[in-house]
Amino acid sequence: MFTLSPEGKTAVLAELKRYEVIESAIIPALYIAQKENKGWISKDVIHHLSEVMKIPESKITEVFQFYTMFNQKPVGQYHVQVCTNISCAANGGRELANHLCKEIRVQLGEVSKDGKFTVSRAECLGSCGTAPMMQVNDRYYENLTAESAMNILRGLK
Amino acid sequence: MEAKLLSEFYHKDEFRFLAGYQKFGGYETLKKAFTLTPQAILEEVKASGLRGRGGAGFATGVKWGFLPKNDEPRYLLCNADEGEPGTFKDRLMMERAPHQLIEGMIISAFAINSHKGYIYIRGEYDFPIAVLKQALQEAYDAKLLGSNILGSGFNFDLDLYVGAGAYICGEETGMISSLEGKKGQPKLKPPFPAIQGYLKKPTIVNNVETLAAVVPIIKDGAAAYRKFGTEKSAGTKLFSLSGNILRPGNYEVNLGYPMKDFIYGLGGGMRPGRKLKAVIPGGSSAPVLTAEEAERATMDYENLAQMGSMLGSGAVIVLDDSQCMVDMLGVLTHFYHHESCGQCTPCREGTGWLNKIVHSILEGRGRLQDLDLLIKVADNMKGRTICALSDAAALPVLSFVSKFRDEFDFFVREGRSKVKGVSQHAQMHH
Repeated sequence: MFTLSPEGKTAVLAELKRYEVIESAIIPALYIAQKENKGWISKDVIHHLSEVMKIPESKITEVFQFYTMFNQKPVGQYHVQVCTNISCAANGGRELANHLCKEIRVQLGEVSKDGKFTVSRAECLGSCGTAPMMQVNDRYYENLTAESAMNILRGLK
Repeated sequence: MEAKLLSEFYHKDEFRFLAGYQKFGGYETLKKAFTLTPQAILEEVKASGLRGRGGAGFATGVKWGFLPKNDEPRYLLCNADEGEPGTFKDRLMMERAPHQLIEGMIISAFAINSHKGYIYIRGEYDFPIAVLKQALQEAYDAKLLGSNILGSGFNFDLDLYVGAGAYICGEETGMISSLEGKKGQPKLKPPFPAIQGYLKKPTIVNNVETLAAVVPIIKDGAAAYRKFGTEKSAGTKLFSLSGNILRPGNYEVNLGYPMKDFIYGLGGGMRPGRKLKAVIPGGSSAPVLTAEEAERATMDYENLAQMGSMLGSGAVIVLDDSQCMVDMLGVLTHFYHHESCGQCTPCREGTGWLNKIVHSILEGRGRLQDLDLLIKVADNMKGRTICALSDAAALPVLSFVSKFRDEFDFFVREGRSKVKGVSQHAQMHH
């Protein structure tokens, strides 16, 4: 069973008071819960948020399923998202995503055996002038080569 | 030559902090604004000819003028959900000059008599979010936000709302749905947000660059602003240059700037040995231009519309002769299929079919009739939906297939790309 930490619960309750309508707190609450649940949203998480926020599960589920930044299944400790939209595709973004999968020995979207990495392809991340690029958890890494990207990933604890 | 009306101090690191921003004249325009009437500011913005910098290019002052003339509470929302492929200018503006946006928003709020605003920013923009949070705190601490700003008697609260990954939330009514805590699905217009927007209250949604541009307009006046740009495309604009180009990046130039000079001058031109093949001039939704068209285009609303394309968000995506147009279209059809919110049938089904057909061609299973089918499906997606995403998905297909028909014909006939060195793209699309 998932429960928010005391700090997480306080933060969610503060978000409930922050906006004109309480439903606006659903996205912020999902972010807080996802951080505390190893990077993804399970049914337990929705259930718990529903109780804490006093918002029906169906409403929270609807929001959660609509947005790509909420993960619907477990991800690795580091979620590596390689942009493969047009400017990155024209600069080797797709080849980069394939290369990282091969080096890490993981299928796209799956978790590596050691639980450390998930490699996904992402739509445009607004880093088109510094292509190709990847986002690792919250951080952008730009102007990558196959080697520099692997070096960055190897350097992660 | 760049024309740095907005971006003059972006290279200075201190510009992102309140003290640094004020050192270069920051918040002086706000003081000036408070000596004017809201109506006078609205008239100045109208007279400046400023048009929305997010993509639609609608006249900003006219949009503000749609608000009801009463005391009903109204909201000012900043669209910072930058997601149009190829666009990264708002990110730069928020990272380098968050106070310019905040100052522009306070002046705009004063003009439209709004006391509450939100900056809706895409969730992936972790660093700009951090910069904005810090800037908002600085502004509150300096009493530039909150009640009785600078002793003017005017109150304005501004908060940041972080989205969670949905291209459609860049559409203004989709953004409003999202801010209300729902799925980010667009709403039918009319009623337009200016009449019935956020929480059914009158709402103005403007792009980051549009709101920031209010600062120089009020600082030096509409006439000074109109010295930049053309008659119908007044002022300067930040263009995001990307793709196969030697010096990608954001450049602020006069509207009406020759695209040839932009690509070969500021952008440094093509990689050695490569030739220009195509340019998408205004973000991925803008119809593609051939090299010949791009070299005679000027970067303004009217010229690009005359050429059958659009200025859009100002994202100039350059493709050289190493790129296969069938492959590039496959990237775009995948994107629009992924981002369709699904509420309108022509878009939900149409984006899926476009993507399937292009990918069957890429996998070597294309049939001769598929190209006509693509055009037929795309034609049927135009003007039939709540928002513009369906049209945005159809336009690249129509322009790619009609302007690069030989590449599509070759791929269907031979089961491989006409471009040498491009192989096995099918696997890259999955």
